[in-house]
This record gives sequence, structure tokens and C-alpha cells, in this order.
Amino acid sequence: MSALTTPAAILPNRPGPMGRVSDFLWKHPHVLLAILLGPPVLWLGVIYLGSLFALLLQSFFSIDDFSGLINYEFTLATYRQLLSDANFDIIVRTVTMAATVTLFSALIAFPIAYYAARYAKGKWKAVFYLGIMLPLWSSYLVKIYAWKLILAKEGILTWAFTKLHLLWVLDGWLALPIIGGNSLSVSYTGTFLVFVYVWMPFMILPIQAALERVPGNLIEASSDLGGTPQQTFRHVLFPLALPGIVAGSIFTFSLTLGDYIIPQIVGSSRLFIGQAVYAQQGTAGNIPLAAAFTVVPIVIMGLYLFMAKRMGAFDAL
Amino acid sequence: MTAAVLFENVSRHFGAVKAVDAVDLEIAAGEFFAMLGPSGSGKTTCLRLMAGFEQPTHGHIEIFGETAEGVPPYRRSVNTVFQDYALFPHLSILDNVAYGLMVKGIGKEDRRKAAEDALAMVKLPGYGQRRPGQLSGGQRQRVALARALVNKPKVLLLDEPLGALDLKLREQMQEELKSLQKSLGITFVFVTHDQGEALSMADRIAVFNDGKIQQLGTPEDIYKRPQTRFVADFVGSSNVLSSATCAKLGVAAKAASLRPEAIAIGTSWAEQLSLPGTVTARSFLGATNRISIDCSGEKIIVASPAAMPVPDIGAAVQLAFSRNDLHLMEEA
Repeated sequence: MSALTTPAAILPNRPGPMGRVSDFLWKHPHVLLAILLGPPVLWLGVIYLGSLFALLLQSFFSIDDFSGLINYEFTLATYRQLLSDANFDIIVRTVTMAATVTLFSALIAFPIAYYAARYAKGKWKAVFYLGIMLPLWSSYLVKIYAWKLILAKEGILTWAFTKLHLLWVLDGWLALPIIGGNSLSVSYTGTFLVFVYVWMPFMILPIQAALERVPGNLIEASSDLGGTPQQTFRHVLFPLALPGIVAGSIFTFSLTLGDYIIPQIVGSSRLFIGQAVYAQQGTAGNIPLAAAFTVVPIVIMGLYLFMAKRMGAFDAL
Repeated sequence: MTAAVLFENVSRHFGAVKAVDAVDLEIAAGEFFAMLGPSGSGKTTCLRLMAGFEQPTHGHIEIFGETAEGVPPYRRSVNTVFQDYALFPHLSILDNVAYGLMVKGIGKEDRRKAAEDALAMVKLPGYGQRRPGQLSGGQRQRVALARALVNKPKVLLLDEPLGALDLKLREQMQEELKSLQKSLGITFVFVTHDQGEALSMADRIAVFNDGKIQQLGTPEDIYKRPQTRFVADFVGSSNVLSSATCAKLGVAAKAASLRPEAIAIGTSWAEQLSLPGTVTARSFLGATNRISIDCSGEKIIVASPAAMPVPDIGAAVQLAFSRNDLHLMEEA
């Protein structure tokens, strides 16, 4: 006989209150679900969505120009104000920047994500994750100020261009209208570079996750059926990675739409939506207009997702 | 006549692992050729060398007389039915089947028609608008077959295509594949680890082990006249008798193989050989009983028809078999 006694067919209850709790939760799994989900749902539903809704409500009020007090009557005046030339410029500027940042992020992120998903193994995979995540561990502000120094006229970039005798390229670029300026740190190009840098991990990771889920034999099957690498990319790899690209673009697009720190530190003095919100609710004290400005990114993202779905971006999910 | 596939001294090494080791192979045009072996024996790597997914470390490969090494898969008129089918999940069944025609630039209407014909050929007409996820394993297998055949390949490679199907469906697909191959006249190269499948379908079989071909021949050859202990054991689990046992039977050989179903228990005629033994185990397999017998230290398996009486465990029995069924082998 073994040293262990033969167990009974049905074991007795575990002693103590934890045993009873375990039994109760096993018999009532819904209670367990309620315990686990209750607090976050309350947080999201009441505090987060509730305050968002309250904010949106503000956008339908208006401000009294004389007293600076909010007039609590339903009106579309604030939205009329939002679509005035000066404010509409802010919206167009921000959306153009967000779209450009998203497009270039995707272009840069895809090869990196592809390498990580298809070729990186073991140690190199760890290096990849570290390389992507490391910038996220340091302060956002420190990174942006570091970029300001890099991009400044006296900064390392100008120095490098000078040493390479390529300063004329940089000067030529800065001489261009709209995207140029006195130096990179006070131009839209600078703002763009910092946006791309800061949001890059949010684009790489979803694309990498999507590519990792594409079975290798689908690539082989396409090649086997006569698809050149280019055709395989276009008809198999890209459609299957598209949900990841869309997920990444939601991050880069919405983060750029809402950010007010990067354009404040690096770029020309012309406002982006985030800065407008900041100015309206703080300095100007125009909460309704600030609220109306925050509605813009929400509506744009809603339209963007709707169109992405219509175009079949999520079919491969 | 040029061979459909020719391997001359082909090796494929992965670091220190010799997945395929100096293989010579000639597959005739129009042949149903099976590559049989346990997992890791090199049979799938050979298939991948034919498809172009792998390139040989050494040696020379020809497909219908043309050099194949260095040629990418998309330039080979060879198509593959993958083990897990590898259907494109984001495309409809029709687009999956038409994929090969689409990348070759064939017009939309022509490829739709060709794809529908191919679907009809594999008995899935009208399934074109569904998605791969909506089909059963057997249906997906047929779609994979249609997707490969619609390109009219010179050689069709099948990588354990029936592995994921249940027994009934597998038997049905074996017959269908065989008759499809006959009617199309395309060279089929079939990889399997199931010896029954290889025996029933193939014109010729190559038995692989450790990256080498152990034996190449017709199913009957392989089954009845195994040349090595490995083949005898892997194909139909033959008994391999030692030289001592052979000597007892009055046969001089290093080793000899003997089919379990070639042995009778209890009866022996004058012209038959016989061995005494003790029953050690028995199990009922439906059509036969599998009886293990200990013949002075040598374990011999007997497949006895279910209609025959089954001796008890521990019973002393006489084994009888014909000299013709005893196949002498060169190696011990």
C-alpha cells in the first residue's frame, strides 16, 4: 500500500469561511462576475461616461459675453462659433496633422512590426519589446523637451546636417511654406516628428499583434498559388493586418487630435484642438466652447470607425 | 520520358539536423506517389523542397526536366494541399479557389467560372459565397483541393491532407482522391504517416526514416518484402524474427519478417513451418484478434481472424505459417 490514504469519492468541504465562499461562488458564478465587473463598470459608466456626457451637455449652452456667465438654455450658438473661420482653421489643422501622423506612423511601424512578428525570436524579441516600451517608461515632458533641443537651431540635428554638408537640404525644407519655419523646433515639421516619435509604440504593438496571428502557411499558400511577394502582401498579409493597422491608427489619430502639450512646446504658435480646449476652459473661461471643441474629436473618431467598418477593415477579425 | 520530379543526392540540413539526407528519387509523370514515414523522417521536408518553400543544402532537383533549385514557389507549376488547408480566412470560398487565377491576371468572369467548376468537381457546388470558417473540416479539405487543382498544376503535392478527418470521411476521401487522380492524370505526391492510406492509394511508396529513403517500391513490395527492420516494423507492424529463431525453423538468415496475418494458431500441415509458444496477451480489434505470443524469448504478434477461437492467456500453442510468407532480410 502507498503511504497516502485512498481518498473518498466525494471530498468533504474545505474548513473555514474561505471554503464556504469558494463553494458559494462556484454555485453562483454570476455573483463572482458581478463582484469582478461591478466596480469598473460603475467607474466607467457613472463617473467616466457620466462626466463626459455632462461635458457634452455644456456644449449646448452658451456664454454671456458681458458677464462671462454661462447661460443654461439650449442653443446651437456655440457650435456656430465653433465653425467660425478662426476656429474651423484649428480643426482643419489638427485633423490634417493627425491624419499625416497616422499615415507616416503606419508606414514606419509596419516593417518594424513585421520583423518582430515574423523573424524576431527569443533574445531579439525581448530586445524588440524593450526598444518599443522603453520610451514609454520615461516622462512624456522630458521626451518632448529633449526633442525641442534636438530640433532647435543650435541643436544636434542642425549640427549633423552642417557636418554632412547637407545644411542646404534642411534650409530648403524650412524655406517651404506652411511646413517650414525659422527652425525645426518652431515648425509644423517639428511638431509632426515629435508626434510620430511619441505615438509610434501605439502603432507598432497592434500591428505586430495582428501580424503574429497570421499563420505562416497562408503566406506559403499564396506563394504556392503563384502570388509574387508583392501580391501576397496586397491580397493576404495587408488585409489580415488591417484590423491591427486600424487599431493602431485609432490610437495615433485620437491621441494627436486631443494632445495639447506637444504643439505647445514644439511648433509654431498656431493652435491645435487640445490647445484651444485648454485656452477656452482656462484663460477664456468659455466652458461651452471648450466642450464643443472636445466634441469634434469624438465625432471624427466615430466617423472614422464607421468608415473603417464599411470598408471591411474588421472583416478579418 | 522525363520524370515529374527528380531528386539527385538532395540534402536539406537545418544546422546540425539532417532533415533530408542525400535522397535520390524519381517520380514518374501521372504517378500517385506516397511518401510514408513517422514524424521527423524528412518526408514533409521533401515535399517542401518540391513546392519551393525550402531550398536544398546540396543536390539537384528537377521538375519535368527543368532545374528547380533557386526557383521560388510562385514560379513553379506545382500546387500544394496543406495539412491544415491554409484557406484565406478573409476571402470567400470562391475567392479562395480563384486566388491562383487572380494572381495570374485571369479576368474576373473567367476565373469565377473556373472556380465554380472546380468547386463542382470536389462536390461543393454553390458553396462559393461562404467563408472558410463556416465549413466543416471535410469541406475545407475539398476547397483546398479545388484551390490547388483549378491552377491545373503539373504536380499536386498533398501534405497529410486527410490527417484531420474522421475515419469514415477519410476512407471516402481516399477513394475520391484516387479516382480524381486517375481522371485528371496529374502527378500526385502524397505525404502521410498512415501506412494504410499509403498502401491503398499509391502506385509507389517511398518509406522515409531519419531523412533517408528506406525502401521504394509498389505497395505490395513494401508490404510483403520489406528490406529493412524499420520498414517491416513501420508498414503493417511485421514480426521480425532473429537469426536464432530462423535457425530453429531450419532457415539460414540474419533476420526475417513475418506478417501477423500470415500466422495461424494451432493447425499446421506438413509443408508448413511451425513454432511453439505461450500466449501472453490478447485484444479484440473487430475484424481480427491481436494475440501476443512468446516463443522462447521472441515476441510474435498474430492477427487471427475474429471467427477463429481465441486461446487463453498462458496457453501453450503452435504457430504455423508457410515458408513463402517468411521474407528474409539482409540486415539484422
